[in-house]
Amino acid sequence: MSSITWSPTAVGRDRLLRWLQDYGVYGALVILLIVAVALNTGFMSASNWRVQLFQLSPTLLVALGMALVIGTEGIDLSVGAVIALAAAVIPLYIGYGAWPAVGIALLLGAASGSLGGSMVAFAGVQPIVATLALMIGLRGLAELMNGDAAKPVVDSTLLSLGENSALGVPVMAWIALAAAVITGLVLRLTTFGRQLVAIGDNRPASRLAGLPVRRVLITVYVISGVLSALAGALIVGHGAEADPANQGLNMELNAITAVVVGGTPLTGGRVRVLGTVAGALFMQLITAVLTQHNVHASYTQIVEAAIICFAVYASRERGTR
Amino acid sequence: MSATQLPDQGVDAFVLEADGLAKSFAGVHALRGVDFALRAGEVHALVGENGAGKSTLIKVITGVYRPDAGTVRLAGQDRSFRSPLEAQSAGISTIYQEVNLVPLMSVARNLYLGREPRRFGLVDPRAMNRGAAATLERYGVRVDVTRPLHTLGLGAQQMVAIARAVQSQARVVIMDEPTSSLEGREVSTLFSVIRTLREQGIAVVFVSHRLDELYEICDRVTVLRDGAVVHTGALAGLDRLELISLMLGRELSAVRAEGATAFGTASHAAGADARPALRAENLDLRHRLHGVSLDVRAGEVVGLGGLLGAGRSETAKAIIGALPTDGGSVDVDGKRLHRRNPAAAMRAGVVMLAEDRKAEGIIPNLSVRENIVLAALPRMSRAGVLSAEKQDAVVKLFMDRLRIKASSPHQRVSDLSGGNQQKVLLARWLCMNPKVLLLDEPTRGIDVGAKAEVQALIDELAREGLAVLLISSELEELIEGSDRVVVLKDGSVVGHLDGDEVTEERLLHALAAAPSDPARGDQDPDSGSVAAASGSIVAETAAAADSGDEEQKR
Repeated sequence: MSSITWSPTAVGRDRLLRWLQDYGVYGALVILLIVAVALNTGFMSASNWRVQLFQLSPTLLVALGMALVIGTEGIDLSVGAVIALAAAVIPLYIGYGAWPAVGIALLLGAASGSLGGSMVAFAGVQPIVATLALMIGLRGLAELMNGDAAKPVVDSTLLSLGENSALGVPVMAWIALAAAVITGLVLRLTTFGRQLVAIGDNRPASRLAGLPVRRVLITVYVISGVLSALAGALIVGHGAEADPANQGLNMELNAITAVVVGGTPLTGGRVRVLGTVAGALFMQLITAVLTQHNVHASYTQIVEAAIICFAVYASRERGTR
Repeated sequence: MSATQLPDQGVDAFVLEADGLAKSFAGVHALRGVDFALRAGEVHALVGENGAGKSTLIKVITGVYRPDAGTVRLAGQDRSFRSPLEAQSAGISTIYQEVNLVPLMSVARNLYLGREPRRFGLVDPRAMNRGAAATLERYGVRVDVTRPLHTLGLGAQQMVAIARAVQSQARVVIMDEPTSSLEGREVSTLFSVIRTLREQGIAVVFVSHRLDELYEICDRVTVLRDGAVVHTGALAGLDRLELISLMLGRELSAVRAEGATAFGTASHAAGADARPALRAENLDLRHRLHGVSLDVRAGEVVGLGGLLGAGRSETAKAIIGALPTDGGSVDVDGKRLHRRNPAAAMRAGVVMLAEDRKAEGIIPNLSVRENIVLAALPRMSRAGVLSAEKQDAVVKLFMDRLRIKASSPHQRVSDLSGGNQQKVLLARWLCMNPKVLLLDEPTRGIDVGAKAEVQALIDELAREGLAVLLISSELEELIEGSDRVVVLKDGSVVGHLDGDEVTEERLLHALAAAPSDPARGDQDPDSGSVAAASGSIVAETAAAADSGDEEQKR
């Protein structure tokens, strides 16, 4: 008898954590903005936001792909290396024009994704191992292709993609926004999207239900690779140089952080696109606020770590239900 | 205290006694007042169907769970183990069905894990390897003990696990289905080991679903049902039919004609000459199925009978291609299925309701609606984009027809009751317009009302022309729901019941069919010999059933 009584405080705590996982990131974002404006009224200025969006957009693109991969109970560590690969091939083909060069970068991103996805889907390699191999190998390949020094890129189309604005908002940010909207619609409205979530939630059941488990898994990694390559092209355009040794470093960690802070559980079966956008924005802004107030970079990292720990804790509680 | 301090024990001394053990999980009683006593030097069979409480009892005795009530005495002393490790150091060793060792470590290291021979405070590998080789030799395992464990066959790994358990000065050895992954030859080696243990005065608890093995090796038996002991006594005095009746809870004398299920009494009008909607032939699955053949005609419910571990679920999974078969064929409406996977089977019109609703059925975080349309998604979309109207129509149709009780189609499926979850899964398959429906324990773990509804639905579906293969551990359900019954035992078909023969008594007789060692087929997976062997059992079953036309059906 006593074993089935339920302590009311446990229910309250549980509900709080559930709420935090679902909506915590939006609440945190609002609080952060209030604090930022209180500390510095110039925070809401257009010029500050433009700076933030330039930095945010590539991370968001990568994080969207990462959210899909995580939704299938996987992880993609190769995204930073794919950015480096994109940066390495763009100078090689920029002579044919910006679009062919970007196109080849995207193709390579797709190739990398299909390689990682095949390892996961056919060979049953753990996602973390498969993409770790790609992460190391592709970064090395990119540095080999490019040589040691960063190469300047002066193509006007590519630079305008990375620097220009439309309606006062960076073109990059429009691209990232479009990608977020499309990702959300794909998840909600297409066969592929629903199958992806089902596979992440219960793979044996999905297989027995006749879902194309392998095809979906490979597609997810291909999408992640293509989005990462696109992010790489934008980074090159923004910086006007290709630097495979440094571009995209730690991007996998930033993307995973954005996804997790946004409330997508690492256990799969649930993808929160809007949460991922908010998570990426939150991590970008908190770094900016701390940096603008001359907090040492080391402290900034510690704060970020604390946020990640809290987000993972909240999602863990949800997962055990 | 240690075993050496105990006085010599008489034959009747109980080495392990459990009194009034009770354990419940979230209000469900897994054990209710179980008394269990084990004598030194006996091999004690512990039997019961799924959910009878065998594993809970073992786990309570070995300290995995704490009992809610009751005591465990080892050699006359009250003991309450807080962990399996404590139980082990007190002399109770447990060998689980799946091998619990470290696959990447060497065989010798596994054997001595936690009690390595030392020299100058360091592990002495030479002594360890020598000792391991000598020990395994006694178990008939000759391998290089420095090899990683996982390079050994499953049977050899199991022998290592057993050698390890026995090495650690055990007084009680508990074996939970130790033979399920062993070849015939390995089983005999294991039995000779068990006999040696018995001579040494070690008590062995032996859990197995293979009756032949129980009768070969065990002295006494305890039968559990629904968490309570229904029988304890010498095995020799108990005939097979009685044992099975005890396990299933069916008194032979009490078998009555009228039913307690919601199945209609009339049989379904399937023409005997109708072409089978499903025909499976000679399905082979290493260690699990040996040349299983069956067919189901449209509009007919065929029951698949057998005890736990007989290969019923494996047969269903082999048919839809969820388990890779080593041989055999499946035809649907006369067309051979060439690609063997669930998606291909589904396209051909064969779907399976899986036994384990939670692990292999529902997608817990998705809604009722999404769970229903899951398999049919491609049919509900144009160019990959889903049509909300098509989905709503199908979901509404099936929620009404199956009377699925949910607050809305958007409720999370894991918040529904078991019965409603089961109906959601049935809806998932029915909206695929299947020709053949494989139902693996469709009413397990659902409440009485939902159970009757599901049973009535099965009846109705067969009447509408579906071919249904019904697996059920409940005799009543199997007998009253089926037009014919195919009886499985140890992975082989051992009998067919048709028409008037579909009675509980006949089924119990078929289940208790006499032992037939070659039928195990483990030593020789060659399908020819298996077919011959199982043929002989059919003859015996037929004789028991006083019916001559059984063999022609094969």
